[in-house]
Amino acid sequence: MQATGRLRGALPGIMTRSTGNRSSDRLLYWLLLPVFVISILPIVRLAFEGVFVGGVPSLDYFRDVLGSGATWQATANSLYTAGLGTIISLLIGGAFAFLVALTDVRAKAALVFCFMIPMMIPPQITALSWVQLTGPSSALLNAFGMAPPMGSPQPLYSAEGIALLLGIQHASIVFLTLRANLRMIPREQIEAARLAGARGGRLWWQIILPLTSPGLIAGTAMAFVTALGNFGIPAMLGIPANYPTLPTLIYQKLAGFGPSVLGEVSVLAMLIGAIAICGVAIHHRLLANRDYRLMGMVGRPLDIRLGARRSLVETVLWAALIAILVVPLMALIATSLVPAFGVKLDFTNFSFDAFNQVLFVQPSTIRAFHNSFLLSVGAAVMLVLVCLPLAYVMVRKPSKLTKLINLLIEVPYALPGVVLAIACILLFIKIPVIEISLYGTLGIIFIAYLARFLVIALRPVMNSFTQLDPALEEAAQACGAGLGRRLRDVLLPLAAPSAAAGALLVFLTAFNELTVSALLWSAGNETLGVLIFNLDDSGDTVLASAVAVLVVLVVIALMSCFQLASRRLPKGVVPWQT
Amino acid sequence: MADINLSRITKCFGDYRALNQVSLDISDGEFVALLGPSGCGKTTLLRLMAGFEEPGEGQISIGGQVVADPAKGVMVSPEDRNLGIVFQSYALWPHMSVSRNVGYPLEVRGMNRADRDRRISEALDIVALGPYADRSPAELSGGQRQRVALARCLVMEPRAVLLDEPLANLDVHLRETMQQAFLDFHRRTGATMIYVTHDQAEAMAMADRIAVMDKGHIRQMAAPETLYREPADHMVAGFVGAGSVLPITGVEVENGGTCSVKLGDTRIAARVCPKLASSGHINGQAGLCLRPEDVWVEDEAPLRGKVEDCVYLGGRFRLSVRIDDEHTLPVYANRRARVGEPVGLKVADGWVFDRLAGEVA
Repeated sequence: MQATGRLRGALPGIMTRSTGNRSSDRLLYWLLLPVFVISILPIVRLAFEGVFVGGVPSLDYFRDVLGSGATWQATANSLYTAGLGTIISLLIGGAFAFLVALTDVRAKAALVFCFMIPMMIPPQITALSWVQLTGPSSALLNAFGMAPPMGSPQPLYSAEGIALLLGIQHASIVFLTLRANLRMIPREQIEAARLAGARGGRLWWQIILPLTSPGLIAGTAMAFVTALGNFGIPAMLGIPANYPTLPTLIYQKLAGFGPSVLGEVSVLAMLIGAIAICGVAIHHRLLANRDYRLMGMVGRPLDIRLGARRSLVETVLWAALIAILVVPLMALIATSLVPAFGVKLDFTNFSFDAFNQVLFVQPSTIRAFHNSFLLSVGAAVMLVLVCLPLAYVMVRKPSKLTKLINLLIEVPYALPGVVLAIACILLFIKIPVIEISLYGTLGIIFIAYLARFLVIALRPVMNSFTQLDPALEEAAQACGAGLGRRLRDVLLPLAAPSAAAGALLVFLTAFNELTVSALLWSAGNETLGVLIFNLDDSGDTVLASAVAVLVVLVVIALMSCFQLASRRLPKGVVPWQT
Repeated sequence: MADINLSRITKCFGDYRALNQVSLDISDGEFVALLGPSGCGKTTLLRLMAGFEEPGEGQISIGGQVVADPAKGVMVSPEDRNLGIVFQSYALWPHMSVSRNVGYPLEVRGMNRADRDRRISEALDIVALGPYADRSPAELSGGQRQRVALARCLVMEPRAVLLDEPLANLDVHLRETMQQAFLDFHRRTGATMIYVTHDQAEAMAMADRIAVMDKGHIRQMAAPETLYREPADHMVAGFVGAGSVLPITGVEVENGGTCSVKLGDTRIAARVCPKLASSGHINGQAGLCLRPEDVWVEDEAPLRGKVEDCVYLGGRFRLSVRIDDEHTLPVYANRRARVGEPVGLKVADGWVFDRLAGEVA
């Protein structure tokens, strides 16, 4: 609350600097206040917990945590899995991006759509389906009699297993950033290189790769930070293997010892935060040395002819998709259909009993669907309503304050979800002043979602306001339209497509999110992500698979709806179609 | 319609002084062009009148009403100034039809549907776009879009119409048609019009008066023909018209605003700026502005030179002829000349002014 007071004091000075000189403009600035409370205060509160012991500033927690061998073991594990996973993402995502964006492979839309699915499927489901694919009790392998003998170890319960799945999960991030970059390369620059005599490998190595290095660096950094904070995969694979990473260490500490370890957890959270910030800082440093502003006509996509090798390349791409997407999902479906876990599946004994259980019998699964739906739709709607005016203020009336907020709202998204969850517990377990606790209600999950996904909703809207010709608004102003009318008649209709894109992304991400809710759920307030994790944890793998299959179906159905509607929707609404 | 007065306007962006003590008086119904190279402050001046920018110092009034005066804390917002504005990018709203775009100012003012429709169709008829009312702006050509923007201004009966490089996005042929459209619009409505451009031909073709701007100052404000014949300083002489300015010595002032100037080995007669004539340092700072149409090739003429360059302009040639180490003259000729060919030149007219004027500021 102290910080809020400071903010209030800072407001008038900053406002007079801007061109806004009317009271309606000033009102918009107060939007920044709830954003500040929701996204920044919890993090501040968490940091506070780590450096105060019993209300007195102390470095005791730091000494305890940093002096413990388990901390450094988990840190090393996190760095190893995230690093190796990023390399795998880079290889898979990079290859797909180059081939799809620059060459004449066919059925690009279908390739892109399928490649985006792993990102939209929650990590714990990815982990579950891969575990169902490999190992001695795999329903799919058993059906074909190819399963390893009983008692042999599950190969994915290892550091490399975690890294592999992190790599597959986040390959789409590299793919999206890199493809956006590749599409910005003007055809002329490649053509000039070819006329200068560059061909084949030289063209790729000396021209295309350097031109795309900003996208490669940004994609790598994002994949690394996301992998570092990933909870679902190391939780499903690492906990059975007794291989802790920082997010799972935090989870286990809290789950095992409760609020008494909050101070230590706060220090651990700062440790992850510090590593994530290092990653982002290296990324900015690398980018700062490159100013590859691309000149020339953009918009004509490049089509390097693959000639006779085209069919081969297409086969490899589709085979890769089948390996990373279709086969694990088949394994998941197979598991959801077995009558009892470990039973050999064939065409006579499959059963839909698990689906019947989760959809109609078990109240907790029905509740979880309901909760997740409510939370994700609510977060999407709320965030869009906040983001439209917020993006307007940040783009059109920039000041030192908005620039600061612009940086700070990245924090709840960049930090691992577990950390954000702890921060929210600390702040909302007993809200100062009004003395109400949100802990143990859906409300705390909702607020955490708002904080975490604000950036996802805000960026597309900010982009569209940035690209909007200011003259469109000024023309309305000259016509006599005040701020409210301009927002309603001119700005909102023009920003609506990007707001819809943001809402869609928020919904898809929040619908099956696990990391934030893993620590915030309580009986009656489960989310789908938590439910799958808990079912699997307690040995109900078949039920967990059934819920996971349903979630994947919902995700794919939603994505398909948008894909089909994309021709009628304005450009840019469907995030994977830039 | 109204007159617009700007008095000692200063506008800074950070440390950069975009406008410095600019004063400008525009009378009711006048067509004024603000002309200058990019970065001279002309668009800033227009945006100050529109109210999109607030001046740092000075006062702006429209039709006698003070709309901006930071000293008194007055700042009327753009939506309350009742000024029409036409942008280079047209600024038509893509999600509204042509007629809704045009009628938007009336919609904001809460006019009833029937009156609004009548006014919209009148305005569209004036810009000859009646049949396009239900189209979307994306379906129109650049020229048509700009005419829609003009109709949108017209419909609200503004006190003045501000135009910010409205033709810069159009091709050469369309520009001439649109210039005519703006002039017709001006004659029909009698609106005060302020037109920002960097194209001197455009400014001279349309404006009653032109304010030539450079580095945040108005260098000269005059009718186009005055600017052309009697530029006030070196910048104006160089920017307006395809002329050249030569540093000269040996000026002898005669009566009636004329003088005799030493050029090469001969003397020519020229008009002289009264201010320079009455100042003491005429021979230190005088410059001669020559327009190519005042110089022609005459084989027997005493002023001799060598052709350095010859460009065909369609109908005539423009030569540059070097008469000595420092001086090259622009000349129109009706036959091609070889580079290096010696020619005689006759100079019919010239303008002698203070070539250092304004440079200090």
